[in-house]
Amino acid sequence: MSLVFYISSFIAILSTIMVITRYQPIHALLYLVVSFLALAVTFLSLGAPFAAALQVIVYAGAIVVLFIFVVMMLNLGKQTAQQEKEWLQLRAWLGPSILSLVLLAEMAVLLLQDDPTGMPAAVVTPKQVSLSLYGEYIIAVELVGFLLMTGIVGAAHIGKHKKKSLHRFLQTYPNLN
Amino acid sequence: MSTLHAHTVLIVAAILFVLGLAGVLTRKNIIFMLLSIEIMLNAAGLAFVAAGSRWQQPDGQVMYLFILAMAAAEVSVALALVLQIQHQHKTLDVEELKELKD
Amino acid sequence: MQHYLYLIPALPLLGFLVLSMAGKRLSRNLIAGIGAGSICVSALIALITSASFLQSPPATGAYRQVLWHWFVTGHLSADVSLRMDALSLVFICIITFIGALIHIYSIAFMREDRDYARFFASMNLFVCAMLTLVMADNLVLMYLGWEGVGLCSYLLIGFWYETPANYRAANKAFVITRIGDTAMIIGLFLLFKELGTLYIPDILAKAPQQFSSGAHTITLIALLLLSGGIGKSAQLPLQTWLPDAMAGPSPVSALIHAATMVTAGVYLIARMHTLFELSPIAMQVTAIIGAVTLFIAGCSAMVQTDIKRILAYSTISQIGYMFLALGVGAWSAAIFHFFTHAFFKALLFLAAGAVIETLHHEHDIFKMGGLRKKMPVIFYTFTIGAAALAALPLVTAGFFSKDQILWYAWSANGGHPVLWALALMGAFITAFYSTRLILVVFWGEMKTTPGHLPGNAMTIPLVILAFFSVAVGWIEWPHNIMHVSLFSELVQQALPTTIMKGDLPHEIVFQFIAVVVSLLGIYTGYVLYYGQSELLMRWKQSDGLMNVRHFLYKGWKFDQLYDMLLVRPFMFITGINKSDVSDKLYTAIANANLYLNRIFSVSQNGSLRWYVTGVLIGILFIITLQLLL
Repeated sequence: MSLVFYISSFIAILSTIMVITRYQPIHALLYLVVSFLALAVTFLSLGAPFAAALQVIVYAGAIVVLFIFVVMMLNLGKQTAQQEKEWLQLRAWLGPSILSLVLLAEMAVLLLQDDPTGMPAAVVTPKQVSLSLYGEYIIAVELVGFLLMTGIVGAAHIGKHKKKSLHRFLQTYPNLN
Repeated sequence: MSTLHAHTVLIVAAILFVLGLAGVLTRKNIIFMLLSIEIMLNAAGLAFVAAGSRWQQPDGQVMYLFILAMAAAEVSVALALVLQIQHQHKTLDVEELKELKD
Repeated sequence: MQHYLYLIPALPLLGFLVLSMAGKRLSRNLIAGIGAGSICVSALIALITSASFLQSPPATGAYRQVLWHWFVTGHLSADVSLRMDALSLVFICIITFIGALIHIYSIAFMREDRDYARFFASMNLFVCAMLTLVMADNLVLMYLGWEGVGLCSYLLIGFWYETPANYRAANKAFVITRIGDTAMIIGLFLLFKELGTLYIPDILAKAPQQFSSGAHTITLIALLLLSGGIGKSAQLPLQTWLPDAMAGPSPVSALIHAATMVTAGVYLIARMHTLFELSPIAMQVTAIIGAVTLFIAGCSAMVQTDIKRILAYSTISQIGYMFLALGVGAWSAAIFHFFTHAFFKALLFLAAGAVIETLHHEHDIFKMGGLRKKMPVIFYTFTIGAAALAALPLVTAGFFSKDQILWYAWSANGGHPVLWALALMGAFITAFYSTRLILVVFWGEMKTTPGHLPGNAMTIPLVILAFFSVAVGWIEWPHNIMHVSLFSELVQQALPTTIMKGDLPHEIVFQFIAVVVSLLGIYTGYVLYYGQSELLMRWKQSDGLMNVRHFLYKGWKFDQLYDMLLVRPFMFITGINKSDVSDKLYTAIANANLYLNRIFSVSQNGSLRWYVTGVLIGILFIITLQLLL
């Protein structure tokens, strides 16, 4: 299974690089789907079939679709790509890249301090996961339910098209920032 | 190929995380920033799943599930915000949105 | 009767509570009824209680009623308990009786005032506080009353607070009496520290055992208590507030600043007589302060033109007589002078108030004149009051009390010829300015046309007071003339008898001198102010005399002196410290924080990527630290 892991993770890293370097939002989204699917395979190779399935269904399915909707609603096309091209100069890349690489290096150093341990090939079954989820984590599950609920309410509220373009306080006192 | 080491998986997760971070830092478009954040969350999820797999415990996947739910909620609110921002400011350039300045 | 003692202060308190809470909703008649009625009933109870006290004096020499424990801390336990002995009895009777008359007078006097209820509420509270002061059997409760009367004095001086001068006068009175009060409370602390009790009979009993005569501690305590009395009674050097206190309504001046509150100092010293007797220095200081004050205030009274200020200076001067009497050890004479003074000075103030009211709020006596025919009742009563003030021999009460003081100023154990001479000069001056007042206000040509004449509600109290201004003198005759000494017999149940010096000249000589001097004063006033006196005209031309007159008119420039010695240096220091030197450190800290805030708030630039970079650098910093350490 380790070969599957290496291949899939290689694809995931590669497509992620593509995601963050694309100019066209829709291209980036397509690479993101590839990255998510590759990660799903990685999960499978690590013996987590339940996580892999959810990765495909929720991430690659629901979340990316949401993104696509928004991109289409905002009608982001060639003009955006042109803009992105202007923004993504070397100057913009250099600093963040160095910082990120330093972080990566430090994390690698921290990880490699200990002796390597092997991964068991066994599978953690969905049954085990669900027993744990509805057993010891029941409260957390309920809290996540709240979170999703607030997410829905918040999204519905914020997404409403309002006539007023400013908050009422800002309207009365325009310079109060 | 010999056996898979836990380190390798975590290094992959770290690389994905750093890539997402670099995306957040460099892109000016809010949509791209959100995509990068999804990548970072995913990387964190990978680390959890790997840990759960290493110890043969379901907790890693449970945590991944929570991250998933959180990401879903976050994305829905964030995209609603993006719609409003585009509607009101006619731009998605994050550098233009500085109303929270002190 | 002992059981109804509490009603005497409680009824005015009740009146105050009702008026202050519901005053806005009550009709004027009801307000007057509650305000004056509570005092009248209180006066009635006081008179009945006094009658029963006089008929069958209690074995302990005092009625006592413990109402409740106020507080107990450590060894100090203060009760709310009332006590009525011979000394309190005199004060209670004066306060309630004259208070009732003044309240009745006020019903008509304040009729048109907007704040009718506030006036009566404050007056009732004053009477309650004053009664608490004189009825308290421990010094803590007495101090409560002491401060209570100060508060009411402040409220009533500033009663017409819309005029800036009035509330300034109120502030001045409050601040200056506060100096005395502070000294007094320090005295009380010392007393408690030394004797371990503030229960008055205990203090009087313990003090002679604890202290030898003339000990430093007892002198200090007596002087501190004396300072309290000086502040309240407007004696030198804290006398400057009383003339300004005339900004209040005339009934207030009559009740608070003539008859009752300003004599609280006299009461305090008489009450604490044992302490003073143990300290010859304090006694001498009291006598000297009294003598000097009576002379200085009398001189100022001679040249004032405002009718109420004349009476105010005269009040200071008369209280000076009481202090002089206390200082020489003539306890009963001091209380007797308080007794007579309360009647005739309240009468004078009320009559003056009626004159002022009739002449459309005219205060200047030289703009009055010729009122003799127009307002005969006021004229006769005022004249009786002024005659009592001038100590017209044998027919007025003022003569009997002042004659006693003059005699004791020489003959009592603490007496001295200089004190006697000052008091004699004071008597001359008093007679002079009383005559001047009468002649200028009621004779001569009319300069202001009188308005609406005062009604019966105002004149009847005047007539009653005038009767007493004459009659109360007859209960205490000089003993070489007639053996009637009802008053001193009563008061000496609570106060020691006056100790006399040896081999004295005949008392009749002194009486004769006193009579001649006061008649001389009246005659001088008559010569100068009856008609157009040439002498007076010539004096008015002279610059030197006019300068002296101005100096006296300004009350010996005490205000200017204090302004220069105390107020200006204080203002100078506060001017330097305007920006709070001691606060500099704290403002520096605050400013440093503000400065840092300004520096760091640059980082709050609203750029999302900037924040993310900040987070990243933070993470890097922490991980690097972990790697390095």
